[in-house]
Amino acid sequence: MNFDLSAPGHRGRLSMLAAAWVVARRDFTAILFSRTFFFFLLGPLFPVIVGLLAGSVGQRVDQSGEAPAIGVVMAEADAKAMVRARDALADRLGGGLPDMHVVKDLTPAEQADPGEVLASRKGAFAGVLSGSPAAPVLTGPGPLIKDWRGDVELIAAEVRDGSLAFWPQVKLAKTSVAAPGDSRSRLRTAQGAQTLLFLLTMMLAGMVLSNLVEEKGNKIIEVLAAAIPMESVFFGKLFAMLGVSLVGIAVWGSVGGAIYLSAGSLVALPEPAVGWPMLVGLGVIYFAMAYLLLGSVFLAIGSLANTVREVQTLSMPVTMMQLMLFFFATYAMTQPGSAVEMLAVVLPFSSPFAMLARAAQEPAIWPHVAALGWQVMWVVLLVRGGSMLFRRRAMKSGPQGAGRKWWRRVVSEG
Amino acid sequence: MTGNVSGFDCPLAIEARGLVKRFEGTTAVGGVDLSVPQGSVYGILGPNGAGKTTTLRMLLGIIEPDSGYRRILGAERPHDVAHAIGYLPEERGLYPSMKATEAIAFLGALRGLPLKEGRRRAHELLERHGLGYAADRQIRQLSKGMAQQVQILGTLVHRPRLVIFDEPFSGLDALNQGKLEAMMRGLAEDGTTVIFSTHVIAHAERLCDEVAIIAGGRVPFAGPVDVARDRIPAQVRLETQADEGLWRAALPTDSRREGRYWHFALPEGGIEPLLRALIAGEAGILSLSIERAGLHDAFVAIAGEAAARALEAEKPEEPRR
Repeated sequence: MNFDLSAPGHRGRLSMLAAAWVVARRDFTAILFSRTFFFFLLGPLFPVIVGLLAGSVGQRVDQSGEAPAIGVVMAEADAKAMVRARDALADRLGGGLPDMHVVKDLTPAEQADPGEVLASRKGAFAGVLSGSPAAPVLTGPGPLIKDWRGDVELIAAEVRDGSLAFWPQVKLAKTSVAAPGDSRSRLRTAQGAQTLLFLLTMMLAGMVLSNLVEEKGNKIIEVLAAAIPMESVFFGKLFAMLGVSLVGIAVWGSVGGAIYLSAGSLVALPEPAVGWPMLVGLGVIYFAMAYLLLGSVFLAIGSLANTVREVQTLSMPVTMMQLMLFFFATYAMTQPGSAVEMLAVVLPFSSPFAMLARAAQEPAIWPHVAALGWQVMWVVLLVRGGSMLFRRRAMKSGPQGAGRKWWRRVVSEG
Repeated sequence: MTGNVSGFDCPLAIEARGLVKRFEGTTAVGGVDLSVPQGSVYGILGPNGAGKTTTLRMLLGIIEPDSGYRRILGAERPHDVAHAIGYLPEERGLYPSMKATEAIAFLGALRGLPLKEGRRRAHELLERHGLGYAADRQIRQLSKGMAQQVQILGTLVHRPRLVIFDEPFSGLDALNQGKLEAMMRGLAEDGTTVIFSTHVIAHAERLCDEVAIIAGGRVPFAGPVDVARDRIPAQVRLETQADEGLWRAALPTDSRREGRYWHFALPEGGIEPLLRALIAGEAGILSLSIERAGLHDAFVAIAGEAAARALEAEKPEEPRR
C-alpha cells in the first residue's frame, strides 16, 4: 500500500470553510434525496390551509370592522353637516359610503394642512376632507380618493339641499407621501412576512436539531469531530439545511407565484415601503439569518442531548422563548421608531423579524446592512459557543460524574 | 514514503506529557505521558474506564485536555495534521443511507481527499478486501461486521501516516480479527504508525512494538513490550526424579512445588550454577524449561491485581453479525 501523502489528488489540510463544505454537501444531498424533503415540501401546506381559512374569516372581520374612513377638517358647522349628511345617505343607500369623522373644528380664521393631518393621525384615516361643502377638497393617496370622489360629491350635495341643481365639484389633492391607510396595509404585509418567516424558521431549526441528534445516534459525530473542527461541522450542517430550505422556498415560491399570476387582480397585496423585489430579497436574507441564529442554538442543544426525549425537553424552553420574541417583534412593529422597536431590532433573535417588518414599513436600506452585520456576528458567536459546549460536554466516555448523572435525570425525567 | 506534513522528520509520531482531563470533578485521565515512535505499532492497554478513549480523544483534539501538552506528527493542534491521520472510534458510525463506496469516499473527503479520487480508491479497497460485491449497497444493508470493515477502509482511504484505532477488534469475528491484525502489520511495514487501544492483552502481545499500560487514568508503564516483560523475571519449571536430596538446598527459597514440578523465578546468577548443583546432588532432572514472562503477567505486576481483575472480567465480545 502506498502511503504517499503527496500522491495526486490529496489536497492536504482542509480549511475551515472547505471542511464545512464537505459536511454541507453530504447533508444537502442526503436530505434532498430523502423522504424527509418530500414531507418538508408538503409541510407548509398545512399552515397555508389554516391561514387561508383564518384569512377568509379575518377578511370579513376586516371589511366590517376596519372600513376606510375620511377625516373631516372644516368649520364646525360644515363638518357636522357633512357627517350628518353622510349618515342620512348611508341609511337610505344601505352602506357603501366611506365612514366620516370630524378631526378638527376650524375657527373662521384658522387654516389646516390636510396632508399634515393625514400623516399625523397614525392610521386613523385614509383621506382628509377640507374646504367647505360648496368647495370640498379631498386629500389622500391617488387611487383611493379618486374612488371616493363621487361619494363625497353626493354627501356635499346633500348638505346643500339634496338636489341636483347644485352639484359641488370635489377637488382632489393627491399626497406624495404614504398615507396612513397605506401604512396600515403595509403593517399587514409586514405581519404576513413576519409570520411566514417565523413558521419557516421554527420548522427548519427543528429539522437541523433532529439531524444532529440522529448523527449522534449514528455515532458518526466522533468521526467528524476527529477530522475537522467542530465549528466546521456546525456551519456545514446549518448551511446544508439552509440550502435545502432555499430549494424548498424556490419550489413554494414558484407554486405561489403561479397561483398569484393565475389569480391576477383577485389577490391585491399592498406594496411594501422598499418595494416588492427588495422585500423578497430581504425576506430571504432575514429568513437565513433567523434560521442561522435559532439553528445554532438548536445545534448546541443537539450536542448536549442524546435522545429525542432529551431534545424535546431541552428545546421546549428555546421554542417558547423564540415564540415570545416573535410576539415581541410583532408588537414592536406597531410602534415604529420607538424604544421598543429599537430593542426588538437589537435583540439578536427578534432582530430579523423586526427588520423585515421595518422593510415593509420604511424605505431606508442602510439599517438593514447594519442589522445584517450585527446578526452575522451573533451567528458566529453562537456557533463558536455551541462547538465549545460540544467539546466540553458531549464527548465523554467512562463512568458518569455526579453532575452528569443529575443532568441526565433532569432531562430524561423532564 | 514522502510527505509534507509538519514534523515529518520528528522521530515521535506522538508525544504527550502530563495530559489531564476531568469531567465534573471526576478525573478521567490524571497525567498521561506517551512517546510513540514513528512507524511503530503501539498499544494502549487497560480495562474499560481506565482512560484509554479519553486519552485518544485528547490526542486527536476531539476534546481538549485540562492541562498537559501533546504533539501529534509534530503539530500542537491535531486538526492541523488531520489529513495525515486516520481514526476509528470505539463506537463505530456511518450514515445508514450511504452506499459503501460513498461512505469510504466521504471519510476520505473529511481528511482532504477529493471525492472522485476517494470513490476510485474505495472501489479498489473494497475489491482488495473481498467486499467488492457490497460497493453499491447501503450501509444499513450490510452486517455489522461488514459495516465495520467499510469504516476501517474509510479510515485508511486517504493513506494516513498515523492511524489510531480505539478497540478495533471488538465486534469482529475471529477471522476478521486476524485480517485486521494482518492489515495493521502491513500498515506498519509501510511506515505508518499504528496506535490502538485494547483490553485484550493477546492482541497487544502479538502486534505491538511498544505498549502503554493505563489504569485509573494513569500510565504506570510505557515502553517496549520486552521491557514490560522484563519487569518480571523469567519463570523456571523443573521436573525431577528424586524428591529429596542435598540438591534441594540449591533451589531458591521461594520455590513452590506442584507434584513433581518445581516453579521458581530464574535466579539472578543464571541457570548454570543451579544446573551444576542439581546434577551433583543427583536430582534426576526429567525436564527443565525457562519461560519468559507474558504481557499478562507484566500487566498484573505493573498495573496491580485490581486492574488485572478488571481486565479479566472484560471478556472479548462475541462476534456479531
